[in-house]
Amino acid sequence: MTLAEKILSAHTGRESVKVGEFVNVKVDMVMASDLTAHIAADQFEKMGAKRPFDPQKVVFVMDHFFPNKDVAAAEQIKRLREFAKKHGLLFVEAVDGGIEHVYLPEKGLVLPGDVVVGADSHTCTYGALGAFATGMGSTDIAVAMVTGEIWMKVPPTIKFDYKGKLPAWVTGKDLILYTIGRITVDGALYAAMEFAGEAIEELSMDSRFTMANMAVEAGAKTGIVAADEKTKSYVAGRATRPYKVYTTDSEADYASIVEYDVSKLEPQVAVPHSPDNVRSISEVSDIKVDQVVIGSCTNGRLEDFEYAARVLRGKRVHPDIRCIVIPGSQEVYLAALRAGFIEAFVKAGAVVGPPTCGPCVGGHMGILAAGERCASTTNRNFIGRMGSPRSEIYLVNPAVAAASAITGRLTDPKEVVDR
Amino acid sequence: MIRGKVHKFGKNIDTDAIIAAKYANITDPLELGKHCMENIDTDFGKRVGKGDIIVATTNFGCGSSREIAPVTIKGAGVAAVVAKSFARIFFRNAINTGLPLLECEEAVDASDPGDTLEIDLATGTVRNITKGLAFSAVPYPEFVTELITAGGLVESVMKKMSKEDKKSGP
Repeated sequence: MTLAEKILSAHTGRESVKVGEFVNVKVDMVMASDLTAHIAADQFEKMGAKRPFDPQKVVFVMDHFFPNKDVAAAEQIKRLREFAKKHGLLFVEAVDGGIEHVYLPEKGLVLPGDVVVGADSHTCTYGALGAFATGMGSTDIAVAMVTGEIWMKVPPTIKFDYKGKLPAWVTGKDLILYTIGRITVDGALYAAMEFAGEAIEELSMDSRFTMANMAVEAGAKTGIVAADEKTKSYVAGRATRPYKVYTTDSEADYASIVEYDVSKLEPQVAVPHSPDNVRSISEVSDIKVDQVVIGSCTNGRLEDFEYAARVLRGKRVHPDIRCIVIPGSQEVYLAALRAGFIEAFVKAGAVVGPPTCGPCVGGHMGILAAGERCASTTNRNFIGRMGSPRSEIYLVNPAVAAASAITGRLTDPKEVVDR
Repeated sequence: MIRGKVHKFGKNIDTDAIIAAKYANITDPLELGKHCMENIDTDFGKRVGKGDIIVATTNFGCGSSREIAPVTIKGAGVAAVVAKSFARIFFRNAINTGLPLLECEEAVDASDPGDTLEIDLATGTVRNITKGLAFSAVPYPEFVTELITAGGLVESVMKKMSKEDKKSGP
């Protein structure tokens, strides 16, 4: 069996599972955000449930329209706060909070070998820990909240084997954009993507989270990286319960294997209006932008701000550009502050905001006007995603975003940094 | 029997196109329906008639997990979506919210905007009345059919819960 199949099998209480089989899976953590939890709460009440299967395994994270963007969002979040209090759920808001997919791993709420379901499509992020994590709608999540189980179809696993050492300024974001560009947005439909190979072994946990995060952008049910020493040291000091590490038995278990030599890869850019519309930075460096966003569940972790700070330190944001920097959590914010990154951003002329999904989802804190373009470290460049249906989003890594903020056009970091 | 006019879309129609996140606080399906496809087809909400059918190519409903996507489509009056393939979270959400989906490549290729389709959900037959053609959709997996027959996921959990309550009762 593959890593993904082994985790599912262990959570169905069976010896093995087969690809394509429908199984009821026990879950270790159930998550919903302010954008989706209200429908889950409605369904929970409709079912007449008295309590969740385990209140400590259900978490509501207020992040999409946090800080409350308008009265409707405020009312919704107020209701969720009351619901969570009534049922003793974990409720994450302002104090020590953050974007769900940054927050859950850093607090040790999701661990290797877990099955995690969330009412957010980017729940697949936790696969970076060697967990089976997948997004679902609010009704499915309500059922998981009540019963601690949910049905799944066992997906085939596609192995992505990345050979070679990554060049400077090339990150996990570039690997996943390159991959989606090759296989397209439904290239892994219903499948699990397992990321492996020399380049993945070398990759930081933060970059692995970025890769797993965007698996859904290829249509995948989950993206997964087998836990190794890096994973174990990340989890050490965060985990509050034991966990189990699984690995794929043999190459023969994969539905297919895709190999990429990434030793000469350039930073990648997904141009409008699809994450699979991918170019190398050198092909698009004449495109002017109006806004730069550095943050999100894709690229809102410490390493991302380190990349951005290396580019922006001692430089100046182009006077026509709004450069918006959004740490993914309060923990990341504090670490970036201590490392001097935040000071470098503010001195360079960037604006630093509170943890939120705001601009990525077209909610608030960085909405685009018609005709405007944004270089963004987020995960989707769909039409109208960040505001006007006549605006454009270019998906890039944090170093490219920072370099573009300096020049006002899509820019390879090596153009502006001497090294 | 479903009978309605075809509104045709291409590949990868994402959930932000179906309903933008800025409307996520709206709960009334009819109100949501007014904004259906707004980002990619401004007049869709006005043009679509009750019982009409969306026909699209591959990966319909990709993107976010927002359950309001199928609710919005129903709210706009659309009776079913026929596509070559569906994104997986959207598929689950459509099952849970009662929006019929039909996977039928040939029917998609053969249908033009404005054609009249007739769909028999019981048999999975898609008829293009305008062109006088008939096609068979790929049936739902047996597991999903059983779930729908049982009244949906929430209903089946409620039945299970009331059985357990009786067992644990006095």
